[in-house]
Amino acid sequence: MQKQKAKIDTSNEVVKIRGLEKSFGDYDVLRGIDLDLYQGENLVVLGRSGTGKSVLIKLISGLLRPDAGSIEVLGNDVAAISQRELEALRIRIGFSFQNSALYDSMTVRKNLEFPLVRNRKGITKAEIDKNVESVLDAVGLSQTINQMPSELSGGQRKRIGIARTLILNPEIMMYDEPTAGLDPITCIEINDLINEVQKNYNTSSIIITHDLTCAKQTGDRVAMLLDGQFQRVGTFEEVFKTDDVRVKPFYDYNFTE
Amino acid sequence: MNTIKSTTRPMPSRLSRAKDSVSDFFLMLYRVYAFVLRFFKEVLMPPYDLKEIVRQCYETGVRSFTLITLTGFIVGVIFTKQSRPSLTGFGATSWLPSLVSIAIMKALAPLVTALIAAGKVGSSIGAELGSMRVTEQIDAMEVSGTKPFKFLVCTRVIATTITIPLLSTYVAFIALLGGYLNVSANEGTTYTTFMEQAFDPLTFVDFWASLSKAIVFGFTIGIVGCYQGFNADKGTEGVGKAANGAVVTAMFLVFIEEVLIVQIAGWFR
Ligand SMILES: Nc1ncnc2c1ncn2[C@@H]1O[C@H](COP(=O)(O)OP(=O)(O)OP(=O)(O)O)[C@@H](O)[C@H]1O
Ligand SMILES: [Mg+2]
Repeated sequence: MQKQKAKIDTSNEVVKIRGLEKSFGDYDVLRGIDLDLYQGENLVVLGRSGTGKSVLIKLISGLLRPDAGSIEVLGNDVAAISQRELEALRIRIGFSFQNSALYDSMTVRKNLEFPLVRNRKGITKAEIDKNVESVLDAVGLSQTINQMPSELSGGQRKRIGIARTLILNPEIMMYDEPTAGLDPITCIEINDLINEVQKNYNTSSIIITHDLTCAKQTGDRVAMLLDGQFQRVGTFEEVFKTDDVRVKPFYDYNFTE
Repeated sequence: MNTIKSTTRPMPSRLSRAKDSVSDFFLMLYRVYAFVLRFFKEVLMPPYDLKEIVRQCYETGVRSFTLITLTGFIVGVIFTKQSRPSLTGFGATSWLPSLVSIAIMKALAPLVTALIAAGKVGSSIGAELGSMRVTEQIDAMEVSGTKPFKFLVCTRVIATTITIPLLSTYVAFIALLGGYLNVSANEGTTYTTFMEQAFDPLTFVDFWASLSKAIVFGFTIGIVGCYQGFNADKGTEGVGKAANGAVVTAMFLVFIEEVLIVQIAGWFR
């Protein structure tokens, strides 16, 4: 499915990052990052393994604290707000983990219910069931509802992880390698799902991936993390119109012999 | 590029390494203290997760029940058996029931329960939360606004604080039963006589001291297990370390608390 033109409001940054730095020990992972995520857009983040893509979205969601720079999410400075405000903000952000992070001790149904039950006071049993069924249906895994995470395949776990994030209808979605390790057909389904989420809920998303097909099909813009900074940002074609040896291999590996 | 910096520092001497690990230990105790403060801050706020607390109580009880029954009984029998010769020397075997019950009620029951619970319950809390930390399940709860500290830590700490005193009371009676069986087999004392003699020397203060010890031990085991798991390092190694740390630290603190509470109870006599 080819991506339709999305409704993007470039005057409204839902995430606004300036001069962001983060190091672990004496390894400087992020060295002055500037990034905007516009309302309604899908932004793909590319970069070699270990360049700090997962670290970036953990900083955005307040799981890690920045060493320097500012991160503004939906108008809130993530590093400066109180714990309570951060919790309220996080409900508006969806975070799908690289390794799914499903709750081992709970069934698929309980995994999906958990964020609803704990965040929406007074929600009825019927509403919960309806929500659970609809997100499960969206990721095509209705039959797994009573299974434990340990009984699912890696790809199924990944899709349940995405479903669990979608259930709160977040305004911003962050997908950490949504298609890694999935078969091509499931990849296409996930790509379509990401686009549907964007279209139906007008969600703004950050999609981390190594899969350029996913990048091309879902991304309105692509940002490439090189040496701790976003050195190439633009449309898919713009980013890859270069002979830079740090960029070309991504394209060549995915699309040519 | 991410080059690995070479680490050719001189090998630290044995003494300085020992100093480091002692100061690490005290640093850790300070962090546990901060964790305790956080517990009291968060435990009063809703939601109260009653269902999860009940489930955790059940887990705590079931995990240690068999071992505790067995140990309690054996401690009762052995303690009675080993104490007999020293009393026979004074022709005072009739004091055996009192001696046994004082030892069990005042010292053995809470301590035995705490040590076993530290091994069974504390380590499994450490391992469980540790693996949730390592596989980012706690982070996943954090980012979905579901308050993992309340759901995982508060419920478990409340559960151990409730369950371990109950288990300790149970151990006291099982151990007394062991003592009684041994005494009745050797001295032919009847059940009523044994129990009368057993409870005669015990005061209300003894009972409360014993119970409050068990409550403090239960809280300690829960909070230390949760602290270790909640703050586990990344990697599989982190899970093992958390489980191990939960047991070692909990036992250490239990012994210190034992000494303190015995001192404090002494002032009320
Ligand atoms: N909590 C942490 N403590 C110490 N170092 C960390 C931590 N998290 C990440 N790092 C380091 O930061 C660097 C970037 O990690 P990150 O997980 O963001 O990589 P990534 O770009 O997501 O790679 P991949 O594509 O393989 O997922 C790595 O070198 C990693 O060792
Ligand atoms: Mg990553």
